[in-house]
Amino acid sequence: MRALLLVAPLMLFLVAIFIVPIGMLLTRSVDNREVARTLPNTVAMLSSWDGRTVPDEAIYAALATDLKASSREDVAEIAKRLNYYEAGTRSMLLKTARTIRNAKSPYKDAFVAADAQWETPRYWHLLKRAMPELTAFYLLAALDMSRDETGAITTVTPENAVHIDVLLRTFAVSASVTLLCLLLGYPLAALIARSKGSTANTLLILVLLPFWTSLLVRTSAWVVLLQSRGVVNSALAWLGVIDPSQPLELIYNRIGVLIAMTHILLPFMVLPIYSVMKSIPPVYLRAASSLGAPPLSAFWRIYLPMSMPGVSAGGLLVFILALGYYITPALVGGPRDQMVSYYIAYYSNQVTNWGMAAALSAILLVAVLILYAVYNRMVGIDRLRIG
Amino acid sequence: MNHFLSVERLLPILLWVAGGTVVVFLIAPIIAIMPLSFNEEPFFTYPMPGLSLRWYEEFFSSDVWQLALRNSIIVAVCTTLLSTALGTLAAIGLSRPECPFRATLTAILISPMIVPVIVSAVGIYYAFAAVGLLNSLTGLVLAHTAIGAPFVVITVTATLASFDHNLMRAASSLGATPLEAVLHIMLPIIAPGVVSGALFAFVTSFDEVVIALFIAGSEERTLPRQMWSGVRETLSPTIAAVATLLIIFSTLFLATIQWLHRRAERQKLMH
Repeated sequence: MRALLLVAPLMLFLVAIFIVPIGMLLTRSVDNREVARTLPNTVAMLSSWDGRTVPDEAIYAALATDLKASSREDVAEIAKRLNYYEAGTRSMLLKTARTIRNAKSPYKDAFVAADAQWETPRYWHLLKRAMPELTAFYLLAALDMSRDETGAITTVTPENAVHIDVLLRTFAVSASVTLLCLLLGYPLAALIARSKGSTANTLLILVLLPFWTSLLVRTSAWVVLLQSRGVVNSALAWLGVIDPSQPLELIYNRIGVLIAMTHILLPFMVLPIYSVMKSIPPVYLRAASSLGAPPLSAFWRIYLPMSMPGVSAGGLLVFILALGYYITPALVGGPRDQMVSYYIAYYSNQVTNWGMAAALSAILLVAVLILYAVYNRMVGIDRLRIG
Repeated sequence: MNHFLSVERLLPILLWVAGGTVVVFLIAPIIAIMPLSFNEEPFFTYPMPGLSLRWYEEFFSSDVWQLALRNSIIVAVCTTLLSTALGTLAAIGLSRPECPFRATLTAILISPMIVPVIVSAVGIYYAFAAVGLLNSLTGLVLAHTAIGAPFVVITVTATLASFDHNLMRAASSLGATPLEAVLHIMLPIIAPGVVSGALFAFVTSFDEVVIALFIAGSEERTLPRQMWSGVRETLSPTIAAVATLLIIFSTLFLATIQWLHRRAERQKLMH
């Protein structure tokens, strides 16, 4: 009991500052209470509407009452919400709301005067679709899907399909970075593992120093180095490899993202592989070669399989960390290199579409949690050591 | 046989070449950016036309940078105090032999390390907007404590793994109250873990930029937040000067952590 009392302060703190906020965010991905909250009378009337005929005056009157009773901000919010279903509905609803504020019964004429399309069932269908308090709309939209009028799930038109592209790109960049880290990290880990004493120590410190250097410092360093008039291009020009008037484009594109992210994540690959390699007894390799195995086959059949636990631990860790990257691609990538984190920031910060920000967050979070569960089974999450 | 021997000799050389290249790749950008901060001209190429301290002068005389530095220090110090206190208490609780649901509790307590920082940032932004904690240093300290405390939990738990709980029983049989036993027996023994946890929390806060981007207004901008705008908007060598100062800072930090590690190892050997 006393143990729990000691754990309680941090637990309560994290629940308040971390768990509840993320829970609130994630519920926004299915939350759809705007319409029901702002248009209660309309929602009540529409639920008994047959959907085929044009609504009668009572329904027009209900919508008029709701619009008169709600604030401009609330109307703007549902107008924005309806616009996700169909472009153009936003301005139409805003205009109608302005007209209706001064209108008197019969309301049907006032609505039709504001916009002739109120006389068709289409917009009432849109309202009815936006009524339920829970929606899969954002989660479907995050996977480039939507429901048509009949409620069936369909894929959106190719020119509107952006999110699958972003998710695939996020996976592709993360996988490439993982592969590059593995190619660079494996020999370095092997070198440290077979070095002795102070050499091994020095090499290890040279891996740890960038590890502890601020992410932003390292990203800025790459921006400075990779610019068209930066250190790398001027060194290449000086060496005569390139024409100084035509510097290589090393930044604000995929190359820059891969270089900077590989640099930043490399220590997360080297350290786990090194710690596994350190525990491989060198006597095994000597035994293999004394039995006649050439060095390459001793490596291939003895050393590589024995170092695999380190490779999978490092690979998984680098891949998981890469999935959530935001700062580095934002600073060294071009518009076609932004990953899912960028779009989460974009939807919450720039266009204030919380539903989409939440849906993309949910997808990213689920992917990361699944991979951590795999990591936990293979490596043990308690081995998630730092330093 | 001769061919066999040559491969045998060639492999270590190849390994040195490959590993050495990777070490250069890791270290070079950090080494290369430092001298550029002393460049007389605002260029990012070598050779430099002359040496100057003007970019450091700009950093130390600019109100914007000084405000950012001051905010960063205030937030990092408060974060360190709060997360070290909360994290150490939690780690002591988790390590008590009778602690129930240990695995689940630990998983929840370290979850802020696992959740992608953008998700934490947007969630905290969304919740803080509702309670008026945006654009305040308090909000920043609370958010940074949430992501810094798990580092304290992990380092202190690791140190406590080798702690002999019989010492606590011995202390209480000699008449010490539980508080006295913790203060005089346990804390001195786990001090290296607490200190490295505190350092982790400090650096986590001092380096953090994504949450700061979301919840800090222009009056609360921190050093990384200011660097972010600097790199995005007008890349001046002042960025190189700030980077150099931060590299020196992280080198000192790494040296301290290494020293603590070695001290702990030596203590383990002595027992």
